[in-house]
Amino acid sequence: MRYDVLVEVRLRPGIADPQGATIERALPALGFVGIADVSVGKAFRFAVEAASEAEAASSASLLAERLLANPVIENSTVTLGGVVVAAAAQPVPAG
Amino acid sequence: MTARIAVVVYPGSNCEHDAVEALTGLGATAQLVWHQTADLVGYDGVVVPGGFAHGDYLRPGAIARFSPVTAAVSEFARSGGPVIGICNGFQILTEAGLLPGALQKNRGLTFLCRPVGLRVESTRSVLTSAATVGELLRIPINHFEGNFTCDVATLDQLRGEDRIVLRYVDNPNGSVDDIAGICNEAGNVVGLMPHPERASDPLLGSTDGLVLLRGFLDGAALAR
Repeated sequence: MRYDVLVEVRLRPGIADPQGATIERALPALGFVGIADVSVGKAFRFAVEAASEAEAASSASLLAERLLANPVIENSTVTLGGVVVAAAAQPVPAG
Repeated sequence: MTARIAVVVYPGSNCEHDAVEALTGLGATAQLVWHQTADLVGYDGVVVPGGFAHGDYLRPGAIARFSPVTAAVSEFARSGGPVIGICNGFQILTEAGLLPGALQKNRGLTFLCRPVGLRVESTRSVLTSAATVGELLRIPINHFEGNFTCDVATLDQLRGEDRIVLRYVDNPNGSVDDIAGICNEAGNVVGLMPHPERASDPLLGSTDGLVLLRGFLDGAALAR
């Protein structure tokens, strides 16, 4: 079976996100009001060939943890067919 | 015999010739080693130079970690061989797990290319072994992702084990605790964002990088 996967990678809470902050600061000048908590991340879409949904979820999660996210600064969530199957949480950053 | 140094070249590395030139000037034999090489036997030290390995796609160092030579660098480091990662090389060593932490986009979102002041904080690493604690050096930085980040426990460990080897005098990029360079527990693996090879000749405006490269070569000579 072929499973469509979405992996979202975002900075962990507490890690400075200068891109998100810059976008947020620019919003009022563009006429957007009432928008807060802007953060910038990455999205990866790919297809996994696997015998079962569990197997597809497991290999996609491994890929997310080993390559797509850097666990020191980023969290990842893996979504299969619209359902979140794995979310990696990490410790609190310094400074 | 002079120390034999491997300067690793990934697709996208761009400081390898500068590193070879600086090391050769100090009497070493420095050779370029392509990233598909899986064997570093016969070398006394390894330099992972600056640049944009694999285009910095995904994250700096993220894909370089999977090049065959990176496994060889890890093995070389584990056996006690001196390894230094400069700029992109530092990013690769953190991605490969040879050094802790990560290098994030600079605070202020600007690419920085200018000489900065550094203070030698520890001489326990191979790179700083010929320098003096408190010594001030003027060496260029050239990076977008040089903002060193790590968790609280790692920072405590780096401080407690005297592994912060270089600090910025005036923090240019937002690095936690002004960190410009760190080493592993044994001191044989060092990563730094500044480019000592670009401060290796009076024509370049500074020769302050030489004391670092000399320490590295002394370590390589001892390791042979």
